[in-house]
Amino acid sequence: MSNQLELDQVCVRYGEVTAVEDASLTLQPGAIGCLLGPSGCGKTTLLRAIAGFEPVSAGRITLRGVTLSTPQRRLPPEQRRVGMVFQDFALFPHLNVRDNIGFGLATLPRKARQERVESLLQLVALSEYADAWPHELSGGQQQRVALARALAPKPDILLLDEPFSSLDTELRTLLAADIRELLKRSAITALLVTHDQHEAFAMADQITLLHQGRVAQTGSPHELYHRPANTFVAAFIGEGSIISATMTGSGELAPLITGTRAGHDGASSHQVLVRPGDVSYDASSTLLLRVTRKTFRGAHFLYELTLPDGQRVPCLAPGHIDVPAGGTLPVTVKLQPHLAFDGAGLARSR
Amino acid sequence: MAINHAVSTRGEAVTSAAWLWRLAMVISAAVVAVPVVVIVASLLGPYSAAWRHLFDTVLLDYVVNSLLLMLGVGVGTALLGVSTAWLTAHCEFPGRRLFSWALLLPMAMPAYIIAYTYTGLLDVAGPVQSSLRAGFDWQHGDYWFPEIRSLGGAICMLSLVLYPYVYLLTRVAFVDQSAALGEASRSLGNSASQTFFRVTLPMARPAIAAGVSLALMETLADYGTVAYFGVSAFTTGIFRTWYGLGELQTAAQLAACLLLFVIALFALERRSRSRLRFHRLGTGRSTQRVRLQGWRAFTALAAALLVLTAGFLLPAAQLAAWTAQHYQNAFTTAFLALLGNSFLLAALASLCCLLLALLLGYGKRAHPGRLEAVTTRVASMGYAVPGTVIAVGVMIPFAWADNTLDHWLRQSFGVSSGLLVSGTLGALVFAYVVRFLAVSLQSVEAGLTRIRPDLDEAARSLGHTPLGVLRRIHLPMLRGSLLTALLLVFVDVLKELPTTLILRPFKFNTLAVRAHELASDERLAEAALPALAIVLIGLIPVILLTRNMTKAAVDS
Repeated sequence: MSNQLELDQVCVRYGEVTAVEDASLTLQPGAIGCLLGPSGCGKTTLLRAIAGFEPVSAGRITLRGVTLSTPQRRLPPEQRRVGMVFQDFALFPHLNVRDNIGFGLATLPRKARQERVESLLQLVALSEYADAWPHELSGGQQQRVALARALAPKPDILLLDEPFSSLDTELRTLLAADIRELLKRSAITALLVTHDQHEAFAMADQITLLHQGRVAQTGSPHELYHRPANTFVAAFIGEGSIISATMTGSGELAPLITGTRAGHDGASSHQVLVRPGDVSYDASSTLLLRVTRKTFRGAHFLYELTLPDGQRVPCLAPGHIDVPAGGTLPVTVKLQPHLAFDGAGLARSR
Repeated sequence: MAINHAVSTRGEAVTSAAWLWRLAMVISAAVVAVPVVVIVASLLGPYSAAWRHLFDTVLLDYVVNSLLLMLGVGVGTALLGVSTAWLTAHCEFPGRRLFSWALLLPMAMPAYIIAYTYTGLLDVAGPVQSSLRAGFDWQHGDYWFPEIRSLGGAICMLSLVLYPYVYLLTRVAFVDQSAALGEASRSLGNSASQTFFRVTLPMARPAIAAGVSLALMETLADYGTVAYFGVSAFTTGIFRTWYGLGELQTAAQLAACLLLFVIALFALERRSRSRLRFHRLGTGRSTQRVRLQGWRAFTALAAALLVLTAGFLLPAAQLAAWTAQHYQNAFTTAFLALLGNSFLLAALASLCCLLLALLLGYGKRAHPGRLEAVTTRVASMGYAVPGTVIAVGVMIPFAWADNTLDHWLRQSFGVSSGLLVSGTLGALVFAYVVRFLAVSLQSVEAGLTRIRPDLDEAARSLGHTPLGVLRRIHLPMLRGSLLTALLLVFVDVLKELPTTLILRPFKFNTLAVRAHELASDERLAEAALPALAIVLIGLIPVILLTRNMTKAAVDS
């Protein structure tokens, strides 16, 4: 199957500032991709470059084999067949819901346009709001109108710029699942931008994590969580803390519990990501770690424990294990070899 | 307040003071409303023979001319205002920053003054036609030249000085539009120019409508321009009926007709403004300006410069040139007397407006109820009412008071009081207060909303008395607004022509009246100095406005 969207070593620069550097990524037809990263990582810039609002200074963007952007040539946004849902939805305040959705269908004959608008109204379950004005709608309804409007001209790809950021936290995960279902049902290729990994997990088949304008890793949510390519990905995705550990000659990882130093017994020093589940409560363990902080999580307590050498690790313990800060907790520590990184912060297992 | 009432005798004192204050608010609003009520009541009759005569002969002319004038000025201000707003909001060209405030300068130029100036420039004997004749060796009558003293001329003059209303509001609307809206339109298949006509312009429509209706209110209020150009409109008709026929009642009935036009406009403006609220969805980045290159940049610069030159630079230069030619005859004690009279009136009126505005503003702040909302609304209504209408509305009750007083004095003591009240500065200042109270009220209210009630509470809890709070918190925070309120009314009074013409005491002249009289006598060059003085003073509010504009730009 050919790629729907292809970014080939795309750079976006504003004068001296480089917003995106060497970003490459492909998206299969019908897949939902996600550009994830902290604010200022260049994810929105990259999305706007695909939509045609930012020029690329190097590389190439193609959509279904059609070149959209190169440094020499930029197809105007209106000729790209790219739909976009904007962060604040950008609904036209002077048009009602029906006219907002029909806005991009000017070339269609009247009858066909009406039919298309009606079917989209049904798709987003807003048929009874067809004559409402944007300011009369709730945030979630506005978002659905924005989605319907972007889908109306049947774009080759749908871009969503932080589509949930102006909604309540409770609504977000609910709507993310709804929208994913809707996109999947219509087999729409989409690319989402967000800074929230939970949104990314709920929506995307494939996540591209950006860091300082560069692609840190592209993969499925599962891959990013369980096989992070470097310490940035490890620290950004999920909970956990990165500690120094030694690897014994036999390939076993051990934290510096007994104060052993790298170099002894042929052991070498590594960075290891410790997930909360890697340190588990074990009443029979002789390893007692001091509790420095604890957070109530309902069914669990999330403890922060201090290793003998002063490094801190998280521990998810069952809710009935209630030890005050300053007390000790018997645990076993099982470090994961595939979460170990070398001195440059890159995954050892790659 | 209810708690105070229940708890202590001191609380009783507070509530009765509050009631006194509310009474004062109601009385002042009622007094301010008298002229408008008098005008509206005149419609009940009686209708004199003069009214029938007017009705049969010229009333239709007044209606048609006023409508044509409104149509012309509406189109003219919309074209000039929207195009300049678009240039300075959406394009980047050399001098854009300068133009974005300089395009407001024509506001300082009263329409009647620009009318005299262009007449001087474009008349048969003026420099333009003279040099045409000299250049082409023509004689008078050999060639066609548009007649400036016509309805078309009045439309051009009014459009040139009133477009800033449209420019100002539309520009804000353009700048406030989120860039995402334009991008959404582009991503839905519209080109840049389609986007302008399908999104940018329709979204600015409420702002444009609000700006145009303000410009049209000024058009209806205009007396100087139409009178000078000999156009029969409502304002000139009211003057003719009162001065020519001596028919005050009929003049009032004409004024009531004019008021109907104003009410229609007022409704339009209100509606546009309420819709403007909903057009501020989203708070995204505003649109980046398109950098114009080559001939496009040159065209943009030329267009902006042309509007500015026609609306301000050229007439101001002409006034300055005339003043320079005549300066030895101009700077006389008579001119100083004019200046003194004008300043006296303006100072009196702006002080009265400020005191009333403080009374109403603080009343509304302390107790923001229905009564307070209504009283401030009623007190602000005069700003939409043309000066001619207010003058007639003031004249009638004052003349009635004079007659009653005179009658009573003659009956009881056998002496005549003559025109004791109606011919005094009091009547004139009262008319100004009715017309301009809204201006100072707006400034004062804007200032007061910035002093949030919890600031008072914080100061009180830190051990300050109410008087201390007034001195330490309110006075410093309000100072700017109070000064603005004073200045704006001062300048408006100085520029106001028809009210002053009708109500001034006998032989009492102001800058505006003198400029109008001299120009009407075709002594244009002599009229230049008082006119130039008005224009220079008129620059003050424009400067205040531009300072606010740049402050807002820095804030955002």
